[in-house]
Amino acid sequence: MSEARNDLKAGEVQSRIWDPLGECIERPALEALQLTRLQATLQRVDQHVPCYRAKFREAGLAPADIKELSDLSKLPFTVKDDLRLNYPYGMFAVPMRQVVRIHSSSGTTGKPTVVGYTRNDLNVWTELVARFMTAAGATEDDIVHIAFGYGLFTGAFGLHYGAERIGASVIPMSSGNTDKQIMIMQDYRSSTLVCTPSYALTIADRLEKLGIDPPSLALRLGLFGGEPWSEEMRREIETRLGILATDNFGLSEIIGPGVAGECTHQCGMHIFEDHFIPEIIDPDTGEVLPPGATGELVLTSITKEALPIIRYRTRDITRLDYEPCACGRTHVRMQKTSGRSDDMLIIKGVNLFPTQIEEVLFQVEGCEPHYQLIVDREGALDTLEVQVEVHESIFFDEMKKQRAFVSMLEKRLASALGVGAKVKLVEPSTITRHEGKAQRVIDRRKK
Amino acid sequence: MFQGDTMKVEQISIFIENKSGRLAEVTQTLGKAGVNIRALSLADTSDFGILRLIVDKTDLARGILKEKGFTVNKTIVVAVEVPDRPLGLYSILDVLDRASVNVEYMYAFVERCGANAVIIFRFDDPEEAIKVLTKNGIQVLPGQRIYGI
Repeated sequence: MSEARNDLKAGEVQSRIWDPLGECIERPALEALQLTRLQATLQRVDQHVPCYRAKFREAGLAPADIKELSDLSKLPFTVKDDLRLNYPYGMFAVPMRQVVRIHSSSGTTGKPTVVGYTRNDLNVWTELVARFMTAAGATEDDIVHIAFGYGLFTGAFGLHYGAERIGASVIPMSSGNTDKQIMIMQDYRSSTLVCTPSYALTIADRLEKLGIDPPSLALRLGLFGGEPWSEEMRREIETRLGILATDNFGLSEIIGPGVAGECTHQCGMHIFEDHFIPEIIDPDTGEVLPPGATGELVLTSITKEALPIIRYRTRDITRLDYEPCACGRTHVRMQKTSGRSDDMLIIKGVNLFPTQIEEVLFQVEGCEPHYQLIVDREGALDTLEVQVEVHESIFFDEMKKQRAFVSMLEKRLASALGVGAKVKLVEPSTITRHEGKAQRVIDRRKK
Repeated sequence: MFQGDTMKVEQISIFIENKSGRLAEVTQTLGKAGVNIRALSLADTSDFGILRLIVDKTDLARGILKEKGFTVNKTIVVAVEVPDRPLGLYSILDVLDRASVNVEYMYAFVERCGANAVIIFRFDDPEEAIKVLTKNGIQVLPGQRIYGI
């Protein structure tokens, strides 16, 4: 069995389609459904959410003005600040007695925002997670090990109920205590790992230190989300853990995990368009960009009851691919996010994302992905320092070799990024990790 | 097995960030585990340093430092007896140079061996270096002897 697992390749893991009716719907029928659901949502928010009523008035629009899907672009955006200004429940479209669950954003970028779910919202959420888990190859035979933190964060609960829905056996492990995670994985025969991609590598590191051979575990699938990660990181995780790793995407403001997820073909995450309408905009001008262009993802929920969201600016930079997928799903695929527009750094006038640095590091033999970017300003000049944790395969007893390694990294970074970076080697485990999410950027420039 | 294997000396190298207390932490960790440092050399830049140690219990030292989260590697070096007189070191380097054996780095051992000084050499090819040195009548000290000096 372990032999077969080591040969896993994209498209080879058998996967079914959880909801063929919803996931393989022909585009004309999908668009008709989207328009009906959008119009109903607009009516509801106009009636029940003062913030939206005011926004529509300001734009001189009424829900009835939205007669076709292309009219969506006339509507004003929703931004995270709208949720903060209406903290905690001001954006809810139903009375609290209909709200059965409250979650909160992870607060990675400032004060948390509060989101609510009706009973029906929870059911939709669970169904959507069941869709992408099935698309990623998980079945009722899997033992799903959830290493997201249980709590206000939507990750753990979202995956938990979705996994139960498909009939898998769920281990609500929660985050932290890597040694115990590994013991449970060994003893309970966990076959599907759910966590952030950086935590998957932390587990791989620990397994290596403990001398545990990954094929001796029952792991076969990894469903990762919660932070942007590169293709190089995917290959690294797949090789080191001997699993098929898929990406999934979600924001608590929209629903949590279950907005989009990859199938086993690993060619982008299908956005569940019968529940969310995606658009790509120019983050500077707000203009809608043509299909295939790279820009900021904007999402509109069209089935949510408690917290419907119109044209939410996700700050995630991606590209949409409308070409049919080999899996048979008709839903558009979003490429891996290259990062949040909030994470985009402008250094000496050059735009760059932390994931670009990650790609360079992965191409260097023996380099681990534990890195952090320190951005600062000296006089009028921006400076970028890339801190890389040193471990045995990139550590030399000869200073000459160690310095050559550093300058080789600096050269590669400069040519890949178009901006010079200083590489600083640091001791292992000095870069802080929070809830499995690595803090990638420290910007010390005065805003 | 190469006949000069017993002549090799094991050295551990430790990555140390250039911040206060790290060197103290290494030496304290080793001391508490009952490891005695026989020789040391520190190469440093403004950001980091490479600490090389020869200790009496190499594997134990390596294990506990790794446990403490340090990055540690093991390398083979050669301990050579050097006559304690003018041109003493030169006579050895000259032999190595003539045989085109490259010295990566070297450092002096604290203790003497009889009337002679002891110098630790890091070569690209320690086996070749040991052959050249012994052929030229230069005393190479076995690992076991060094750990116990």
